[in-house]
Amino acid sequence: MAQVNLHKVVKHYDETPAVRGIDLDIADKEFVVLVGPSGCGKTTTLRMIAGLEDITGGEIRIGGDVVNDMPPKDRDIAMVFQNYALYPHMTVHENMSFGLRLKKVPRDEIDRRVGSVADILGIRELLARKPKQLSGGQRQRVAMGRAIVRHPKVFLFDEPLSNLDAKLRVHMRTEIKKVHQKVRTTTVYVTHDQVEAMTLADRVVVMNGGRIEQVGSPNDLYHSPATQFVAGFIGSPAMNMVSCGLEETAGALRVRINADTAFPVPAERTARYRAYAGKPNLVFGLRPEHVTELRSPVAPGQCPFEITVDVIEPLGIETLVFFSLNGIETCARTNPLANLQPGKRAQLMADLRYMHLMDGESGRVL
Amino acid sequence: MNPAEIQAAVLEAPSAGKAKTGSTRRDRKRALYWSYFFLVLFVVFFLTPPIYMMITSLKSSAEIGAITNPWWVYAPTLENYWALLGSEQYLTFFKNSAIVSVVVVIITMLISIPAAFALARMKFWGSAALGMGVFLTYLIPETLLFIPLFKIFAWVQETLGIEVMNHYWVLMVIYPTLTVPFCTWIMIGYFASIPKELDEAALIDGASYLQILTKIFIPVALPGIIAATIFAFTVSWADFLYPMAFTTSADQLVLPAGIVTILIRGDVYAWGQIMAGCLLGALPPLLIYAFLMDYYIAGLTAGATKG
Repeated sequence: MAQVNLHKVVKHYDETPAVRGIDLDIADKEFVVLVGPSGCGKTTTLRMIAGLEDITGGEIRIGGDVVNDMPPKDRDIAMVFQNYALYPHMTVHENMSFGLRLKKVPRDEIDRRVGSVADILGIRELLARKPKQLSGGQRQRVAMGRAIVRHPKVFLFDEPLSNLDAKLRVHMRTEIKKVHQKVRTTTVYVTHDQVEAMTLADRVVVMNGGRIEQVGSPNDLYHSPATQFVAGFIGSPAMNMVSCGLEETAGALRVRINADTAFPVPAERTARYRAYAGKPNLVFGLRPEHVTELRSPVAPGQCPFEITVDVIEPLGIETLVFFSLNGIETCARTNPLANLQPGKRAQLMADLRYMHLMDGESGRVL
Repeated sequence: MNPAEIQAAVLEAPSAGKAKTGSTRRDRKRALYWSYFFLVLFVVFFLTPPIYMMITSLKSSAEIGAITNPWWVYAPTLENYWALLGSEQYLTFFKNSAIVSVVVVIITMLISIPAAFALARMKFWGSAALGMGVFLTYLIPETLLFIPLFKIFAWVQETLGIEVMNHYWVLMVIYPTLTVPFCTWIMIGYFASIPKELDEAALIDGASYLQILTKIFIPVALPGIIAATIFAFTVSWADFLYPMAFTTSADQLVLPAGIVTILIRGDVYAWGQIMAGCLLGALPPLLIYAFLMDYYIAGLTAGATKG
């Protein structure tokens, strides 16, 4: 059990920077997920913690000890790989006990530990099988078992679920969470799937272009994104974003989308946004669930507007309505009973209490 | 509909388009005919010499010299085989061949496996150029090498005082120049096909590079190693030029050189014994191939599916 600290960590491949200076403190027993688009440096960061990549600059500590030049085997970590990386010529038992056998742990101790981990993961009856006789989900379990059995200080997961089909992925996600609740080991988990990140993490680290965009609890990231990138990356369907202007008339602010559409800024946000009135390159953001069919009575902070429906996607519990705003596809989540029709004009309602205003140039949320 | 009915319906559906399946079946049949035609052609082409050898080896010298149907044995006899197996010299050749081949296989594996592992996995300065160099070495034919080798042996004799010529152990030293490059080269291919995550997992599990090689790479790449073993054994068992050039005394000869030295005296060819000797000599590679082949194919199919 240990904390992991990254201090100004940099990684260059030849001259190409992959990670551009990362500071991150992971507490003992914490489940941290690194998430971001491909090429954002999340896997490189994980591999540096594992010791599979050299560190170009900065410092990594595991359990307080600097591990920059320590080989992987001395770091007391365990890793689960995307393609499982099970040893194909060994049985499940041999796969799981490989690390322990190398450490010359006594045979009965190995059997006891493999047995108890196999029970946690429900793979006891598979112990005598070879990896090729297992399904994808079972292989994934064995890969996790191989990591757990060693009682490492830190678990590292490198996109462990992306080779599974959608249904199994959801199931294994729950399994991983259950296992972490039982085993409570510091965990660093890499994924490009923001849903996986949100559901698993104590804290999510959103990365982009080799830098950390924001670190926070899933709810923090969702409700108070720090940057335009995080706002767009977290949440599905993604947050609607339209370029806008900010007008001030008689002390009240309005977000001007186009000649026909403008939204009043709620009074409690006025002080926060006033300095940006008249500034160029502003972006207005509102999540799809805050754009609904017109409901009455209209509460303060809510604002009706009219659009032409392009496409509807009924999901049963709700119906997604897509329409064009300044040429940008925009999404609303409506009650199926509202029965909006494609091609028709419709009244929608924006809930501006949840609006975001972003600086299109710096990418900051204002 | 229950699942079984649905399945039945799905299975029946293609019969509606009978013409189409009929034509694919016909195509398949035609392809099979051609496959068999060429296979038979190859079998005839490659098996005729050994069969002719076997027929001849069962004949007495008198029958070989007589004008009869060469493809039939009228008075089968094992006298050629008994003569060889009772001959001290032939058994010496056999023993020399066996020692040389086994030692060469061992030397080859001891060099090739670590070399291939290093070239495939440890990226070091010049590793790519070295890998290419290994392959190019293999392309130089032995007919070009044996004269320079004479010079080298002469130099060794002059400076070190070691007589290299006319000892069968010299073959153990020079055969690896033929086997090591090729074996290294095919094993680089095998090792490179092992997913990188496998050694990373082992590295994290606490294995050293040597343990990764012995506990992961060698078992996983066993089909490749067996293929290389078969190759190395066959080359050192069957090579003709080097033993002819470098060994001359009857007690130092290996089989291929020995057979032509003792069974051809001047212009007298002991055809029956030559054939019997060659057949017996071809037996060990055949046996090794037959036994390792099962293992070889088992290994190939085990690695074929996605891990």
